[in-house]
Amino acid sequence: MKNHTHSRLREIYDLLSSMRFAVSLLTVLGIASIIGTVLKQNEPYPNYIIQFGQFWFSAFEKLGLYDVYHSGWFIVILAFLVISTALCVYRNTPLMLREIRSWREHATEKSLRLFSHQAEYATTLTKEESLPKLQGFLTAHGFRFKTVDREAGDVLIAAKAGAYQRLGYILTHAAIIVICIGGLIDGNLPFKFQEIMGWKKIETRDLAADKVPAISRLPVNNLSFRGNITIPEGSQGDVVFLRMRDGYLVQELPFAIALKKFRIEHYPTGQPKSFESDVAILDPDRKEPFNATISVNHPLIYKGVAIYQSDFQDGGSSLSFDGWQLASAEARPFKVDGKVNGTVTLTTSGAPLTVELDDFRLFNVLNLSSDGKGKPHNVGPSVTFKVRDAQGQAHEYLNYMQPMQLDGRTYFVSGMRGSPSESFRYLRIPADEDVSIQGYMQWHALMSDPAKAPILAKRLADKVLQGEAGAEAMRPKFINSVQQLLGLFAKGGFNAVADFIEKSVPANEREKAAQTYIRILENVAFEAYGMSREADGKPAPKTDEATLAFIRDSLNSASDVFFYGSPFFLQLTSFEHRQASGFQLTRSPGKNLVYGGSILLVLGIFAMFYVRERRVWLLVKPGTQRVLFAMSSARKSRDFDAEFERFKGRLQQLMQQ
Amino acid sequence: MELTQNYIEPQPLLKTLSWVDWAYALLLLFGGVFAFSRYGAYMDAYEKSFLLGAVAGFSWLGWFWKPVRPLLVGIAALSLFGISQYHGDLASVDHAFFLKFFVGSQTAIMWMNVLFVLAMLTYWGATFSRSMFVGKVATGLTWSAVLMGFTGLMVRWYESYLISPDVGHIPISNLYEVFILFCLITSLLYLYYEGRFNTRQLGGFVLLVVNAGVGFILWYTFDRQASGIQPLVPALQSYWMKIHVPANFIGYGSFSLAAMVGSAYLLSQRGILTSRLPALEVLDDLMYKVIAIGFAFFTIATILGAMWAAEAWGGYWSWDPKETWALIVWLNYAAWLHLRLVKGLRGTVLAWWALIGLLVTTFAFLGVNMFLSGLHSYGQL
Ligand code: HEM
Repeated sequence: MKNHTHSRLREIYDLLSSMRFAVSLLTVLGIASIIGTVLKQNEPYPNYIIQFGQFWFSAFEKLGLYDVYHSGWFIVILAFLVISTALCVYRNTPLMLREIRSWREHATEKSLRLFSHQAEYATTLTKEESLPKLQGFLTAHGFRFKTVDREAGDVLIAAKAGAYQRLGYILTHAAIIVICIGGLIDGNLPFKFQEIMGWKKIETRDLAADKVPAISRLPVNNLSFRGNITIPEGSQGDVVFLRMRDGYLVQELPFAIALKKFRIEHYPTGQPKSFESDVAILDPDRKEPFNATISVNHPLIYKGVAIYQSDFQDGGSSLSFDGWQLASAEARPFKVDGKVNGTVTLTTSGAPLTVELDDFRLFNVLNLSSDGKGKPHNVGPSVTFKVRDAQGQAHEYLNYMQPMQLDGRTYFVSGMRGSPSESFRYLRIPADEDVSIQGYMQWHALMSDPAKAPILAKRLADKVLQGEAGAEAMRPKFINSVQQLLGLFAKGGFNAVADFIEKSVPANEREKAAQTYIRILENVAFEAYGMSREADGKPAPKTDEATLAFIRDSLNSASDVFFYGSPFFLQLTSFEHRQASGFQLTRSPGKNLVYGGSILLVLGIFAMFYVRERRVWLLVKPGTQRVLFAMSSARKSRDFDAEFERFKGRLQQLMQQ
Repeated sequence: MELTQNYIEPQPLLKTLSWVDWAYALLLLFGGVFAFSRYGAYMDAYEKSFLLGAVAGFSWLGWFWKPVRPLLVGIAALSLFGISQYHGDLASVDHAFFLKFFVGSQTAIMWMNVLFVLAMLTYWGATFSRSMFVGKVATGLTWSAVLMGFTGLMVRWYESYLISPDVGHIPISNLYEVFILFCLITSLLYLYYEGRFNTRQLGGFVLLVVNAGVGFILWYTFDRQASGIQPLVPALQSYWMKIHVPANFIGYGSFSLAAMVGSAYLLSQRGILTSRLPALEVLDDLMYKVIAIGFAFFTIATILGAMWAAEAWGGYWSWDPKETWALIVWLNYAAWLHLRLVKGLRGTVLAWWALIGLLVTTFAFLGVNMFLSGLHSYGQL
């Protein structure tokens, strides 16, 4: 019975320490690693549900595929690799050390003659003459040797070179063990254990850090962690969040970090050159806080915790907007003030709408050339926000503060999309001659005002019909149709006009009718522009190309407004920038093991490849005046064959002289 | 028995040096001292040790492999000449005669491309005509391509500082630049073995993969217009980059070279070109040697990458797709080496494996950037 278990253990030991097993493990490890690169890891869970559907989502979740490298089974593979390699080293090392030390001076003549690489020479030299020659030869070629007397006055020189090749094996394989252990310490093995024991649990609710219960908090003395924290300028933080699967943990820090200032520097070409945070470390063990600057590639290491610059975002900038009504005749803007990450509720346009201010960016480096070959440059600040109605439906907007040059003209640009998966579609509002949005907005208000339509129609009639024969007869009809056209445009832009043509004009005349309508619209729009400027006490618009282009752009813009999804346009007027800097904090005590192991690995690899183990035996037989030469290597190669041939020739010469 | 007649006792490297070797080292030392006296004030400790290391390292390299001496002197001479033609103005490229047609960085790189194509054709010509002379021409062309390529990179390095001093950086930081590096390193590795083992018949094979790189460079230049110098994003501003990237490319270059040797092996074994190619044992041995070099350097590169990641991203290993694929490449060649060294496997299987290994390597090098996203795509900070 005892014997039986013993042989069972022996079998397991043999299996675990076999190379076959190790190679299988390495293959599995390789394949498992590939999964993690093909399937994006650590995405928010809803993304996976959208991608795979509920069924496969749950199946993959059970397999831990969303965080392969920290899943239980992956860690088990790694653990087995460590065990297997350790057993392998344990098993082979004593043998190898013996090999390294041994001279193999007991080789018999008979066995030497069986070597594949051996030669025999006849010599007239005496033993006293030949021995120094042979030994000198060996030394010159880097061999160390031991000379032993054999029976019948024979002498055997047993020589070896490159014995440390074997050390290479020990070093590389030990290195793999050391590196894996280091990695496992820094991985989340300790947490995994606590989770299995039910001592800790990940938090999936969206809570403020200080509201997170103790079961999801890790104490200051936690061995290793890697987490993130975002600190707005002028604030501080003393915990980091460790993202885990679909939730997080809170790791407490032995100190607090206060962010004083975050800086981005730019190259002359506009690309970012550096990201830097000026921080103060507030440590209860120190009287005074101390200041430091952290930037990419230059972390701060304090109390065994490394603090890295990892990202940045807005930390709650204050923003002020002019709100322009798009669906009413109101020509004056209303004021909106808010903070990034905050919301503002607007009731000015009837049903209440909530504006969620999501982000503010000071710099936007864009390439605006139409062929994409021009130079990118900074187009100034932008703001992203969502406008949500009472039903919860939202559109997202991206507004640039300053007008942009597009195709040689100047526009205020606002992007809109219905969901994050779409790309933005852009509304372009032409800037007036003062490079302001006001000219357009006041014109828009006038055009949208039904009360103004008769006045506009009359103004146009005065101008167009002036001095024409039969003008008076045509006048009421003309005014009527202009008014009707204005009404159509105010209801649905060019689309409404097109629909009307479709319905009321025979197919072969549509083209012509459309052209006429557009010409009338352009003319009446020009009148409206003139009227709106009069109301502002500004001179009448010039009748030049630029004004015509402005009028056309305005009509396009007014027509696009029907797809804009928001009854107002928010124009950023001023801001107070406040940034937040994202840090990654790690404590990784396994790092030194990993680095140490890496050094062993490199040493070992070079020893294995570039130290060539060879052994030479020279048996001098004074009795028969012969010398037997044999050579062997654990690793047969062409180099070895060539060396053997060289040695053979040289020894031949030596024994002749 | 020619061998026995010319037998020389082995001697340490230092004793075998001729006056040319010493003159070469002296020249390097002079260059180093000159650079130090002129720019020492702008260098930090790392840069000073890099300079010292370069003098020592390149001296040793030139002693160990003699053709490096004229190559290095040639690169230095051409680059200095090129730089002198700029007169400190980037726009000179468009009108200074020598820059426009010869040593301007883009022009020199175009010369490299042309020479590589010619070299490949000539190598194949030599293989089919069995002409020793044509083969020598091919070797000469390859050396010239390497010379022009390195000159192009050196001049580009200088150009980057002309754009703006803070934009200036070593030209191994984007795909265009590293492809040039890849072509140069692969060719140099090949030239070394060609000299050592007299395997000129392999040139055509190796230059195939080099010319694939050339194709990419041309595509990148003309179709993507991506040959311009871009400033470094903050994550790349690191000393680690300067050693991590070249070490990686010695790895990639070796693995590519091994794959081409493997394909020659497989053809020869099937009776194709057999009489024109080196013996199978030679190919087999060469394949092993190259993979061993590649494996060693790839290991070092991966470790350096980990150290860099620890500094830039806050963790030495993040299972980022690039890292993970580096591990897969590494495991692949570790398995290859195990089979050969431990199981004593030789020949066909390993040749196929080396060839397929190239696919894995290419995916790690290119595919990851194209198909998978991660920290290495520098999407974020
Ligand atoms: C990925 C990691 C590994 C690398 C890079 C590696 C590398 C090597 C190399 C290059 C050799 C050849 C040594 C020589 O012949 O001188 C070798 C030998 C060997 N390896 Fe590994 N190895 C790894 C993992 C393992 C593991 C996990 C095991 C075992 C469980 C193992 C078992 C062996 C054995 C038994 C030998 C034969 C040693 C001898 O007799 O010379 N290896 N290894």
